[in-house]
Amino acid sequence: MHGATVDPLVTNLMVFVLAVFVGYHVVWNVTPALHTPLMSVTNAISSVIVVGAILAAGSGGLDFGTVLGAVAVALAAVNTFGGFLVTERMLEMFKKRERGEKR
Amino acid sequence: MSPNLVALSYLAASALFILALKGLSHPLSARRGNRFGIAGMALAVLTTLVITRRTDLTLGALAAGGAIGWLVARRVQMTQMPELVAAMHSLVGLAAVLIAVAVVANPAAFSVPDPVPLGNRVELFIGTFVGAMTFSGSVIAFGKLAGLGGLTRLFSSAPVVFKGQHVVNLALAFVMVGSGIAFVIAEPGAQWAPFAVMTTVAFVLGVLVIIPIGGADMPVVISMLNSYSGWAASGIGFSLNNPLLIVAGSLVGSSGAILSYIMCKAMNRSFFSVILGGFGAAEGAATRAEQKAFRSGSPDDVAFLLGNAESVIIIPGYGLAVARAQHAVKEMAQKLTDKGVTVRYAIHPVAGRMPGHMNVLLAEAEVPYDQVLEMDEVNSDFGSTDIAFVLGANDVVNPLAEQPGSPIYGMPILEAHRARTVVVNKRSMASGYAGIDNPLFYMDKTMMVFGDAKKVVEDIVKAMD
Repeated sequence: MHGATVDPLVTNLMVFVLAVFVGYHVVWNVTPALHTPLMSVTNAISSVIVVGAILAAGSGGLDFGTVLGAVAVALAAVNTFGGFLVTERMLEMFKKRERGEKR
Repeated sequence: MSPNLVALSYLAASALFILALKGLSHPLSARRGNRFGIAGMALAVLTTLVITRRTDLTLGALAAGGAIGWLVARRVQMTQMPELVAAMHSLVGLAAVLIAVAVVANPAAFSVPDPVPLGNRVELFIGTFVGAMTFSGSVIAFGKLAGLGGLTRLFSSAPVVFKGQHVVNLALAFVMVGSGIAFVIAEPGAQWAPFAVMTTVAFVLGVLVIIPIGGADMPVVISMLNSYSGWAASGIGFSLNNPLLIVAGSLVGSSGAILSYIMCKAMNRSFFSVILGGFGAAEGAATRAEQKAFRSGSPDDVAFLLGNAESVIIIPGYGLAVARAQHAVKEMAQKLTDKGVTVRYAIHPVAGRMPGHMNVLLAEAEVPYDQVLEMDEVNSDFGSTDIAFVLGANDVVNPLAEQPGSPIYGMPILEAHRARTVVVNKRSMASGYAGIDNPLFYMDKTMMVFGDAKKVVEDIVKAMD
């Protein structure tokens, strides 16, 4: 181990496995009533792929790669904005019974 | 910005995404959770913008895509959520493919060595084919959910099956993996051909995998594609050595996988039987052995029954969502509540067309969420309930599920048949999706009310005045 660096693949795998564990446990705690908002918010979160698209679009020149990147940015941005916004819209509707209202 | 600072800000964004999902454990904390998610995304995007050399293209694309997303999110009907979610999955899949192509074209833009190392090429291969399948599969799912079956048969909500389907799929999968391997071991410069073949075949496979799946299995499909879109993001994260993409992708991937599992369990189907498809092809073809007697009543009769009850449990199903009757139902429940009747709602996990869909529809009609109960919470209460009012649901209340030997034996159901009186609203006596008869309809204590759910409920409300 001394002197040698760890292959990025191994570091990535560590991150991946731990994140799957976290995801597994967090998602099982989501109340079934909110499964639709869960889906729309995970849609928004998976649009973090926009980070890769921004790198592609912003590499400097104007060529095949940067144009593809820009298109990918636009596609992902639909999800970023649309996903969080529609989740917010849904969550606003979940209300408790108003106080004083009879059962 | 130093690389360390970038990494730390990505770490913070990852943590915010985890908090976003954690917030959804309760309706009260959910909105705060969503804000955490927004903050995480803003942090991730700003950090990346700071380290890129050229931002004009990006900002333009962000504005264009963002505007479309904003408009769609504002305008979409809650009944259309399944279509919207399917459309969004397809965008993530396509974006993943485009980014992968950009990496192959210009690895230096991503600080990936040129030529791309073997390990990264394997990851690119995986990210690309999962992304491509997510894209084309989601487009098909969108078509099926949006009812575009008239446009092309591929969008038909009935399963599209043909002879040798599984063999064709398997053969294509081999071609895809083969060309993927060819891409991984190709000399620099010779990688485009196998890459193109692999991507094209993946697009075709995505279509073929989804078309045999019938309309009522859509809750599973949409959860599955949710999962795919996450794994695609994760795969791209691997090839770019970007931990943020890996974390976010895995969160989404495991979320979709869990939802698929929950949906399969609620339908008493194995995941593989859903994937292999063809189920529901013989819809409505089930032979009814004999014409049994049942009792039918009018909306007036139901209004009378409900008015004299002390406790009512409403069981909304797919039929209610189709008829958009949720607002009428809420009005009826309000009237009953005013009369001192205890009204609650019981939700089966597969009610509606996607996980949790019915809860959103009821919330939209301003039904307080603490009146809406899950299957496990409510089942023990049916025995002490005066009226179970089934609205447009069928298989999820079929008592045959408790009888060994029946085709749906073992499927978890809402035990409506234990209530003192059962009222069922359906359009006709036709069997449900599982194609089997429902003994609940022929019980002595059951009253059938035929008609469109919205119309029937509105008539009940009128009769109560």
